[in-house]
Amino acid sequence: MKSTVEKEAAQPVNGGRRQEFISPEVNIFETPEGYVLEAEMPGVAKEGLEITLEGNEVTIVGHRQPEPQIGNTLFRESHNADFRRVFELDPAIDTAKVLARMEQGVLTLTLPKSERVKPRKIAVD
Amino acid sequence: MNLTRWQRPEVATWTGFGGLTSLRDEIDRLFEAPLSELARTSQLLSGWTPALDVFEDKDNLFVKVELPGMKKEQIDISLHDGSLSISGERKGESKHEEAEVYRAERFYGRFQRMVTLPTAVAADKVKAQYKDGILTITLPKTEEAKPKHIEVSVS
Repeated sequence: MKSTVEKEAAQPVNGGRRQEFISPEVNIFETPEGYVLEAEMPGVAKEGLEITLEGNEVTIVGHRQPEPQIGNTLFRESHNADFRRVFELDPAIDTAKVLARMEQGVLTLTLPKSERVKPRKIAVD
Repeated sequence: MNLTRWQRPEVATWTGFGGLTSLRDEIDRLFEAPLSELARTSQLLSGWTPALDVFEDKDNLFVKVELPGMKKEQIDISLHDGSLSISGERKGESKHEEAEVYRAERFYGRFQRMVTLPTAVAADKVKAQYKDGILTITLPKTEEAKPKHIEVSVS
């Protein structure tokens, strides 16, 4: 499968200090208008999101809400590491029009294609 | 740890060829990912097992479950005989079906988790909150189950 949006391994770099990140699970699909990326980041609020567009790469970082320790932990499966994942963008994407929405721990990025690459119907006289 | 019961893997709903794509991704990842990643990526075989935490303080038990992208109405919580059950179904949005899929890592379908509670709780005072994709259930302990301080009188 030729994918125009590809994953790059998360590079844990934070001022020389090694930091652990979790790679969020994503769905990516393409529509005639553009791409939609959904990333699962439970525990991340709108304020904890950092989306950086640089060149043809988009970096998604989700910081979990710092929460006060409640009592004793009896059993734990969840991680408290932040989320991070990098994607390469299709050059057809109009980076000025990228939209982000956060809803119940799921980030939805809408990446529209620029007008010039959209399929256009040509009327036949 | 005998706190969570073993649970039968849920049969995932057939997602068409999107499922095959993610199977291939899973196989690719098996060879790339370090062993610690395997537990996370084994979802494909075992269904969805959302991460679950249990905390306690003096007065309450707290159960937290990571359930990103659900609706409040899709989550079902029940308490029976000292066991707390959290179940539900996450549905994919049908408008995406016609789109070309590049990655399909998110799980859609049913899940169930069960926890045997370590102490008795007041079932009528249990509260649940769903925020940022995390379900938090607060279960107040019954008076009998709370730790008691006994004064020792010296005569």
